[in-house]
Amino acid sequence: MAVSENKVGLTRNDYRGAPTTLCAGCGHNSISNQIIAAAFELDLVPENIIKFSGIGCSSKSPTYFLNRSFGFNSLHGRMPSIATGALFGDHTLRGIGVSGDGDTANIGMGQFKHILRRNLPLVYIVENNGVYGLTKGQFSATAEVGLQLKAQGENRYMPIDIVVEALASRATFVARSFAGDAAQVKELIKAALSHNGIAVLDIISPCVTFNNRDESQHSYKWNREHREMIHDFNYIPVKDEIIIEGEFPEGVTHMVTLHDGSHIILKKLDRHYDPTDRVAALREVGQATREGILLTGLIYIDTDRPSLFEMFNLPEDKPLNRCTQDELRPSPDSLEMVNALMF
Amino acid sequence: MPKTNKNKKELPPTINDFSMTIATMNGSGSQTSNLTLLRALFKMGIPVSGKNLFPSNIQGLPTWYTIRVSKDGYLARRETHEIVVAMNPATFSEDQQKVIPGGVFIYADHINQAITREDILVYPIPAKRLANESSAPANLRDYIANMVYVGVLANLLGIHIDKLEIALKFHFGDKEAPIKMNFDVIETAARWAEENLEDKIPYSVEEMDRAKNCILADGNTASALGAIYGGVQFCSWYPITPATSLAEALTYYLPMLRDDPDTNEKNYAVLQGEDELAAIGMAVGAGWAGLRSMTSTSGPGISLMTEFIGLAYFSEIPVVIWDVTRVGPSTGLPTRTSQGDLSVVYSLGHGDTQHIVLIPSTVKECFEFGWRSFDIAERLQTPVFVLSDLDLGMNQWMTDKFEYPDVDMDRGKVLWEEDFEKFKGKWGRYLDVDGDGIPYRTIPGNNKPGAAYFSRGTGHDEFARYSEDHENWERNMKRLGKKFETARKYLPKPILTGNGKAEVGILAFGSTEPAILEALDLLEIEGISADFLRVRALPLIEDVREFVESHDRIYVVELNQHGQLYQLLRIEFIGIADKLISLTKHDGLPLTANWVLEMMLAKERE
Repeated sequence: MAVSENKVGLTRNDYRGAPTTLCAGCGHNSISNQIIAAAFELDLVPENIIKFSGIGCSSKSPTYFLNRSFGFNSLHGRMPSIATGALFGDHTLRGIGVSGDGDTANIGMGQFKHILRRNLPLVYIVENNGVYGLTKGQFSATAEVGLQLKAQGENRYMPIDIVVEALASRATFVARSFAGDAAQVKELIKAALSHNGIAVLDIISPCVTFNNRDESQHSYKWNREHREMIHDFNYIPVKDEIIIEGEFPEGVTHMVTLHDGSHIILKKLDRHYDPTDRVAALREVGQATREGILLTGLIYIDTDRPSLFEMFNLPEDKPLNRCTQDELRPSPDSLEMVNALMF
Repeated sequence: MPKTNKNKKELPPTINDFSMTIATMNGSGSQTSNLTLLRALFKMGIPVSGKNLFPSNIQGLPTWYTIRVSKDGYLARRETHEIVVAMNPATFSEDQQKVIPGGVFIYADHINQAITREDILVYPIPAKRLANESSAPANLRDYIANMVYVGVLANLLGIHIDKLEIALKFHFGDKEAPIKMNFDVIETAARWAEENLEDKIPYSVEEMDRAKNCILADGNTASALGAIYGGVQFCSWYPITPATSLAEALTYYLPMLRDDPDTNEKNYAVLQGEDELAAIGMAVGAGWAGLRSMTSTSGPGISLMTEFIGLAYFSEIPVVIWDVTRVGPSTGLPTRTSQGDLSVVYSLGHGDTQHIVLIPSTVKECFEFGWRSFDIAERLQTPVFVLSDLDLGMNQWMTDKFEYPDVDMDRGKVLWEEDFEKFKGKWGRYLDVDGDGIPYRTIPGNNKPGAAYFSRGTGHDEFARYSEDHENWERNMKRLGKKFETARKYLPKPILTGNGKAEVGILAFGSTEPAILEALDLLEIEGISADFLRVRALPLIEDVREFVESHDRIYVVELNQHGQLYQLLRIEFIGIADKLISLTKHDGLPLTANWVLEMMLAKERE
């Protein structure tokens, strides 16, 4: 049987990981599959990707995709710092980080916010189910107020909205999706992988074991009924021909060019939406929340801000971890100068 | 005219051998004056050391600066103050009490407080008036008033005025205006002293050549420079006294020494994190990805970094952590010195962790361990602590010139594409191929299929696969233990002072060395010969055991409360532990030779 290969001569199998050990039906597995699909379809070489995660169910998932990529399952809430240091090692690699709602919005809120303002080129996926799985069913900071859980009773505290936090802290790419919407998840991951900066994907990913009651905002049923896409979404890699006119008539489409020349084309549905206006994005999200609607799609993008690596004036093509002693150790002559400088 | 008194004890003239303490207010600009004095004395070829005793405060609290002038080259702090300069009304009375009988008390004459001592030489100086009469603009006059005592001391002690000018030029670089403004005040004050003061003081300085081939530098600057010559590529850090100036020295010197002169491209990054958790996290990430990576911090930062350092130990990631120690526990005394972190860094982390610790004693050694620490960390694929302290890190020390690294960089067992091929598919990240406990590692960017692995803090097998298997766990931990044994041969050996044949031995580490070297001479005068072994690294090596075995009584001297090196020695050398005597001091001040002498004499004469 012929197996289809992509442009770098790899099959979908080359992007797989170890078999998942998460619960059957877990939304996280579906996201892992879309990461595989996105990387395959974008013709990425797996060795050119690094995977990162913190601690939790979501953070276990990088084992289940991209076996041929380096990966680091780090500490609870500390994926951003590990990713920052590691990508300085070779800034030509693409980073994909997977975190959860507890890992990001509880223990990891500080590092999450700071990685946003630094604009580290990294796809930051939050697999958001409002609950702690591995410790068996405690509330996370994204759980809605009033939510009932078996072991915990009722949640009294207001939820944190990851998208709002990302917008507030100047993330340059903010999107929301739902694990059950495989097509949208995949397109958003592809766009995020082409973004030269931090790309936050808040993906509602129901926990089938601890938080999938129909009335929970992190359940499959609630999401299917309350989702509203802000636009149709089409990601076009740089190599493909881009046809805009006709298919997306002027006035209802919005095209965004990413750093590598690829495009995202947004087709507006029932609302006038400009994803480059941060204040408007915050207003839209706030309005939708009031109406009990979960907005999905690309909520905000800024392609002008320099990435973290651009701020540091690193060599363009040469990874720092390939530097040798000749480049790293100053000459003996220079030490004489240094001694003279000391007084 | 000095106020004199019949009761005053006449001291014999002393050349190049005294201490002076200058009492000022924090943030009053006295640091420039004090460094100018220190540097001018140093430029006269006289061994000097300067210690800043400062509060945790930006402006307003009392601060003292002590300069020791020692023709014999002793650099430790002394407990006696031959000359005291009082510029701060708040501590005037206390400062007056510090002066030794027959010593000298110089004070700003606008401080309208009583002179209560009759046994000292007292010199009021018109600091404010001379500053007001100078060319300095009104807003700088309070600062410049501190130059008045520089000029007065120059006249009374015989400090060469041209050396003061050289010191000012060094301090201000090519900024001519401040050099002139300050120097004018120094000259005016020196002239005023010449015309108005009767120089009866027993202390003076004379040019000598003992400091000629040395430099004057602080440990943190030296540490940063050493790291640069070690090829540092990544430093993430968070501000904390007394470690801040280490990372800031990297930021200052790296562009000068490492930027591409044509393109200004940088093959390094220095990044201030949002806290110590992020600082160490980034440093560990960079070490994992093959960079020579470091951070610098102090006690509270070490506490916050604990979890990440455990991860780096277990997942075998090279990273260098400078702990410039201050007084703990807790926030403690943030601006005072201590050796209280030895135990904690040696085993930092939950579970069975153990770490390599390098301990420099001198500024020159800070430079050396700056580069050597990377070689050791990469060779052993593990965190390496370098334990400096506030006294060594932040004070100016006379030291030998920095020496260029005498060995090539050791990048350890790293497999890039070509080397990886040679393993023919049999590579495992945690496989002990060579029997030394050190596995081979690949680095992100290695594009050979199969070269990648998944790093984690959870249980793993030899091929870096997740594993909860009990035998796997135990085997892996035992290999880490073996690696720690291997480590001993890569560590700097202890340094012996003496012929090794005395009955009495002293064991110590770090910045207490100058006080102990001086104490050895004082003990000799009292008829006690002692050998001194300075420990430079943990884990301890065989030489330390031999030293303990070959002496009858070993004094373990350290600046912490519980005797941390002492405790460690007792665990390591159970059979011979009863020879050890713990001498500890933990008041936040640098050690003095006199304290060592008195403690040892008391014990020896028991």
